Amino acid sequence: MLTDLLSETNRLSGQTVELCYHCHKCTAGCPVVEAMSYGPDQLLRMVAMDQREAVLSSKDIWLCAGCFTCATRCPNDIDIAAVMDALRQISLREGYQTGERDALLFHRLFLGVVQRLGRSHEAVMLGMFKVLSHTPLMNDVGAGLGLFLRGKVPVLPQRSGAGKEVSRIFKECQSPDNQ
Amino acid sequence: MNYSYYPGCSLHSTGLEYGLSTRAVFDALELGLIELEGWNCCGASSAHALDHTLSLALPARNLALAQEVGYDLVAPCAACFNRMKSADYNLRSNPAIRSEVETIVGFQYTGNIAVRPVLAVLFEDYGVEAIAARVQKPVYGLKVVTYYGCLLVRPPEVTQFDDPEHPRVMAALMEAIGAEVMPWSHATDCCGAGLSLSRADVVQKLVGRLAERAREAGADALVTACPLCQVNLEMRQTSEPKMPAFYFTELLGYALGVPEANKWWSKHLIDPRPLLKSAGLTVE
Repeated sequence: MLTDLLSETNRLSGQTVELCYHCHKCTAGCPVVEAMSYGPDQLLRMVAMDQREAVLSSKDIWLCAGCFTCATRCPNDIDIAAVMDALRQISLREGYQTGERDALLFHRLFLGVVQRLGRSHEAVMLGMFKVLSHTPLMNDVGAGLGLFLRGKVPVLPQRSGAGKEVSRIFKECQSPDNQ
Repeated sequence: MNYSYYPGCSLHSTGLEYGLSTRAVFDALELGLIELEGWNCCGASSAHALDHTLSLALPARNLALAQEVGYDLVAPCAACFNRMKSADYNLRSNPAIRSEVETIVGFQYTGNIAVRPVLAVLFEDYGVEAIAARVQKPVYGLKVVTYYGCLLVRPPEVTQFDDPEHPRVMAALMEAIGAEVMPWSHATDCCGAGLSLSRADVVQKLVGRLAERAREAGADALVTACPLCQVNLEMRQTSEPKMPAFYFTELLGYALGVPEANKWWSKHLIDPRPLLKSAGLTVE
């Protein structure tokens, strides 16, 4: 059974969203608000009003860069970045279509590589991102080549010796007890 | 004095010169930096965005390794620092989270070590005056703004370092080596971070604004302490002339007379050598 979005968000984030009195400090300081549909403070209001569909399918929750400017400045001490994390998790779990498909793809590819190798590996991750994302294929090829020529994109992954342990930690975190 | 070293994934790849210069500065100051054996990725913003438990468990495994060694853990990358400090903060202050993460990772949290950025170690442990006393090649003539980005200073209750709106530590270090640090209001603005690939347009705008504001402040270069800030500043500036960016450790290394410093400049996507030459610094 679905609970209302407000209590679910509060529970997952450890925050009290309804403390927001809409001073707009978060939205005024948000670096990516120009690209958003609503902005942080309006999103908090929509959570409080249980506008489930609009919130969970919004691109705003995927555009949040996690810079914590909002959380640092909020006069009511709401960790808005943590609220965004919670909303992303609910949105993913309930299978909402995101307006920012590539942001999600990037996170999934990144974690997929870490799960297998224990560390990130740019060459594999960037290659897969280029093929699977909606960004034009030739975008960033020049910059990627520049990094490669400066020895900054090693072709072979490092041996971390942590691969097995890290895969196990991923599995433990995905077990139903930890959801 | 010895420290455990967590280079993180970036310092072996896109942030190569940050890793090289960090190690060179520690060597020059005779500070021990011992790489944590078998470290894993901190999960970065991706674990943070998708899975709360994972975002604490991945860094906690590194805390477990560092605990065994017993020295404070130095993480130069701002994102790695933030994720590991955040795990440390949660394990320290929340018993329920601690027991959950201890079970997943398979260790007992003791809290006997601190997670620290390079800036904090140099400023708090070594001291600005002691660094100034070791300068061989001051960078007089270099006009810079210091750029921290987000994750070294926010959220402040977690990072417990410097000031989230008006940080001072990096400026003090840069002044100690002779740089002219220009005042500006954007030291802790966001560069767009991990949106760089999926929304390059957003990052271009943010980075472009930073370079423009730095120029208005009278600076010729930005000084950073984060590999993601650095790569975004170098890769996503679109208008000419592009403003070079340095890791603060590179300028420190140069000023301390580290001979390898000359090998770092060619690693940059925006070549800083013309600027260094025009400021009258020796570039081979």
